[in-house]
Amino acid sequence: MSQPKRTDAGGRIDRLRVLRFQFDGRRYQGYCGDTLASALLANDVHLTARSFKYHRPRGILALGAEEPNALVQLEQGAYTEPNVRATQIELYDGLIAHSQNRWPALGFDLGALNDTFSPLLPAGFYYKTFMWPASMWLRYEKAIRRMAGLGRAPCLPDPDRYDRMHAHCDVLVVGAGPAGLSAALSAARSGARVILADEQTEAGGQLLWERYDIDGHPAMAWVASVMAELAAAPEVRILARTLVSGYYDHNFVVACQRFDSPRSSAHAPRQRLWKIRAREVVLATGAVERALVFPDNDRPGIMLAGAVRGYLNRFGVTAGSRVVIATVGDDGYRTALDLASAGVAIAAVLDLRVRAAGFLPQQARARGIEVLTGQRIVATGGRMRVSAVRVQPFAGGTIREIACDLVAMSGGWIPTVHLFSQARGRLRFDARAGAFVPGEAMQPVRCAGSVQAAWLLHEALAQGFAAGGAAAQACGLEPARALELPQVSEPEATAADVALAHRGERASRRKQFVDFQADVTLADVGLAAREGYDAIEHLKRYTTAGMGVDQGKMGNANVVALLADARGEAAGTIGMSTFRPPYQPVSFSAIAGMDAGELFDPVRRTPMHEWHRRHGAVFEDAGQWKRACYYPRAGETLHASVQRECLAVRRGVGMLDASTLGKIDIQGPDAAEFLERIYCNPVRSLAPGRCRYGLMLKQDGMVFDDGVIARLAETHFLLTTTTGGAARVAAWLEEWLQTEWPMLKTYCTPVTEQYAQVAVSGPHSVELLAPLCSVDIRAMPFMSVRTGYVAGIGARIFRLSFAGGLGYEIAVPADRGYELWTTLMGAGERFDIAPYGTEAMHVLRAEKGFIIVGQETDGTVSPIDLGLDRLVRSDKFFIGQRSLARPDARRADRRQLVGLLTENPHEVLAEGTQLVAAPCTLARVAAEPVPMLGYVTSSYFSPSCGRSIALALVEAGVARIGQTLHAPLATRCVKVTLTAPRFVGDSDEVLHG
Amino acid sequence: MLRIACPWCGARDETEFGYGGEAHVALPADAAQLSDAAWAEYLFMRSNPKGRHRERWVHTHGCRRWFNVVRDTTTERIFAVYLAGSPPAQLPDEPA
Ligand SMILES: [Zn+2]
Repeated sequence: MSQPKRTDAGGRIDRLRVLRFQFDGRRYQGYCGDTLASALLANDVHLTARSFKYHRPRGILALGAEEPNALVQLEQGAYTEPNVRATQIELYDGLIAHSQNRWPALGFDLGALNDTFSPLLPAGFYYKTFMWPASMWLRYEKAIRRMAGLGRAPCLPDPDRYDRMHAHCDVLVVGAGPAGLSAALSAARSGARVILADEQTEAGGQLLWERYDIDGHPAMAWVASVMAELAAAPEVRILARTLVSGYYDHNFVVACQRFDSPRSSAHAPRQRLWKIRAREVVLATGAVERALVFPDNDRPGIMLAGAVRGYLNRFGVTAGSRVVIATVGDDGYRTALDLASAGVAIAAVLDLRVRAAGFLPQQARARGIEVLTGQRIVATGGRMRVSAVRVQPFAGGTIREIACDLVAMSGGWIPTVHLFSQARGRLRFDARAGAFVPGEAMQPVRCAGSVQAAWLLHEALAQGFAAGGAAAQACGLEPARALELPQVSEPEATAADVALAHRGERASRRKQFVDFQADVTLADVGLAAREGYDAIEHLKRYTTAGMGVDQGKMGNANVVALLADARGEAAGTIGMSTFRPPYQPVSFSAIAGMDAGELFDPVRRTPMHEWHRRHGAVFEDAGQWKRACYYPRAGETLHASVQRECLAVRRGVGMLDASTLGKIDIQGPDAAEFLERIYCNPVRSLAPGRCRYGLMLKQDGMVFDDGVIARLAETHFLLTTTTGGAARVAAWLEEWLQTEWPMLKTYCTPVTEQYAQVAVSGPHSVELLAPLCSVDIRAMPFMSVRTGYVAGIGARIFRLSFAGGLGYEIAVPADRGYELWTTLMGAGERFDIAPYGTEAMHVLRAEKGFIIVGQETDGTVSPIDLGLDRLVRSDKFFIGQRSLARPDARRADRRQLVGLLTENPHEVLAEGTQLVAAPCTLARVAAEPVPMLGYVTSSYFSPSCGRSIALALVEAGVARIGQTLHAPLATRCVKVTLTAPRFVGDSDEVLHG
Repeated sequence: MLRIACPWCGARDETEFGYGGEAHVALPADAAQLSDAAWAEYLFMRSNPKGRHRERWVHTHGCRRWFNVVRDTTTERIFAVYLAGSPPAQLPDEPA
């Protein structure tokens, strides 16, 4: 259980705390402070993945978020999470991870045949081959997705807790490297409210592994002192393990904080999503190292030079024992010197530049390290692990083979400009750095440090101090006094030649990877350019470069440079593809937070809900409401229950909980005038104490909502709306009142929850209610309202019925609703009263031909189409009037509401069934389309009619009444006769059937 | 997510608000007299500019009041917030 690649001392790990973990079923040990990647490397495990398309063996390449290869499936079962970068997983005891995209095993993967046959799989291959014919694509797609895969999504509910925080600050600093720390410090000293977010477990950024002295001490001592000062500042919040993933409008920033590693207590969240609104933002997001393009540059054991140095200095891990270093600048030498100090053999340093002068190259030579200038790697060997490289001078000449087990490459640095770009900031090509850097900002944001290609430590510190101070000043704060830049000793730097990074070997037939995660090669970019996909956004989609889950963090720079070469243009002139959130994938669980399960959406229950539940009601969702759908007795089916409930209403008495109906109270001297404009019906003529069915239209003349208008007094109305429309209608009324007619003295108050409402329907309703009411309900005319007492409860009594026939609706204050309901149920026992649910209500209203908005209407149906033009007043202004006056509104072939009777009275058509002129089946229609003349909007078995009934919208339907149409089903056809949309008359006599 | 200063409640997150399209599109007083084309113009056509835009917002999950905003549709910058019923605000790049 030794860790063969662990150094004897050093690194920011706790060697006394041994952590056990498993990778692909094998047991290993690491130390507290490790990442999964560093622990694997300590155990000499490089092979960690198979590539996306060619299934090539891949190893750990990088140190952090930019890792394109080592994506693993973390944990198992309900806790599992796919596509997590091993470089970002903080090691904890008992961790279990698996490699992805290989079958049957990482060492032997059948998918690697893709690599062998890769000449058949060039860029754009999928588009060219499988997109035609379309029907075949459906067949290929599954197989392709299985082969070109990532991890598996969990299929069990997530058992962990996720949390969300909203935070506000003056200055948000992203990144706690040298620039970020100095920015946070100067902003904090100005008195700003600061949030400092960093993805690592501890602050320091590159200082966690680079060997610098600050003010004469190791740099981490300076980091510790800054962190101590920030931690003590009352207005500073430090968020460790927090990755900022999205930068949105108006300085709204989203970050995800991890707690899962090490797994914390069961009550703590696994992750917390931070939604931060910052007045000013400082981005100190750093840079990632650029890979070199050369043949077979993706073998396990070929790593970024900075990563090799990072694993050594931060984690005490030597990633190899005989190392070849290939570099275009100083960084390769830094790695060489640090490895040499740790006792690792340096086979050679390849400097692609012709001249390698300057401090660090001299140091390397002085230590006896062989430095080869003007040379590059032309081939590599070793399948599961690099075993040798072949090198050759650019000028030509002999090829030399050098044995090695690690290649550390450095192609310069790529500023991490993603967040700046997400914030709509413009990017600018910095020719000196050979990279895109932040240009003009479009939001209050500043950048500091290597994100601006300020590679030197003293530059980063100075920029951080300046940016933090300026941000605080922009918040109206005084700049901090007595702020002294720390002193840094840095060797003199030489200029990197990043143009050498992407050159590759044009003549080589081996793969030379540009985007490791998307498996895009130098040849793919060339092919795309030759085929005309030479704009960056086209190239991206054609080759899939930058479309992996890493969004090309590392690869994009080389892709863009190669494309510029292919077009014969200068680097930087062809732009960069747009960076979009998230910088790194955020789990759905973190986004959902606590809004899952029961808390996903509020549930609204009526005051009588408990009674319904106890009496076996089956509920249905109506928006957020739970409504009793039907009340089955023992052994009863839905059908039997609904038939019984309907007959109770038609023959005896039934009771419906109508509390969910939207209710809006309208008061004021201009209330009548206001409603006159809102409804297409006349309102001013309605006498106090009377009610009227009302239709609201949209400005386009189409039905928007319906309900009852009750005039309680001269200046006081109560409207009902559909259950789902209550909020919509209230907002609609407010909009008109506030924006068009502010001169009207009217107030609208939504009162849906304030009243419980019960519909008492059926011939015995009057006998049941009369003894309980303080007003003479027998004297109430149809469509009237009285105020009085029912069973001693102050109530509004309406004489109206949506079920048709005799009926009353009683509204009482919500907290008396349960009492009213139970009292009426008790009093109704001698009438054999039955509670009825929404399903019976639907059948009853359909028998009478009453529409339901949203069922008989869909936003394209006017009152004329519904046969309700008698309600529409043409002699007044109302919303929708002008549109109804268009000739089109009276077109004879518009779809109109009709009734339908099936030939077989027991056939109940499905709602949505389409109607055509001649008999046919759906199979036939699929082959030979025929015009659809209309469709079924409501369809039930009516116990009153003893047969099925349906409502439908049919082209020129009114003129077709009496004719037959056909409803094609899968294998047969149903003949239907069109009737008037009414099946039961006023005195409950059956009209059709 | 925008941050919008409701004239009644102060600055709040966009999620509290509803969007109401272009401002100052008044209901024609003589709708009945308008041609079908003129009515369609009122009902459906909006300026939809790339740049400064006067538009209506409502503080749905707050005071429920409608008000007007001048916003740049490309940068999302908000230049002014003013009460419903006020005359159209001057656009920032318009000459005085
Ligand atoms: Zn408000």
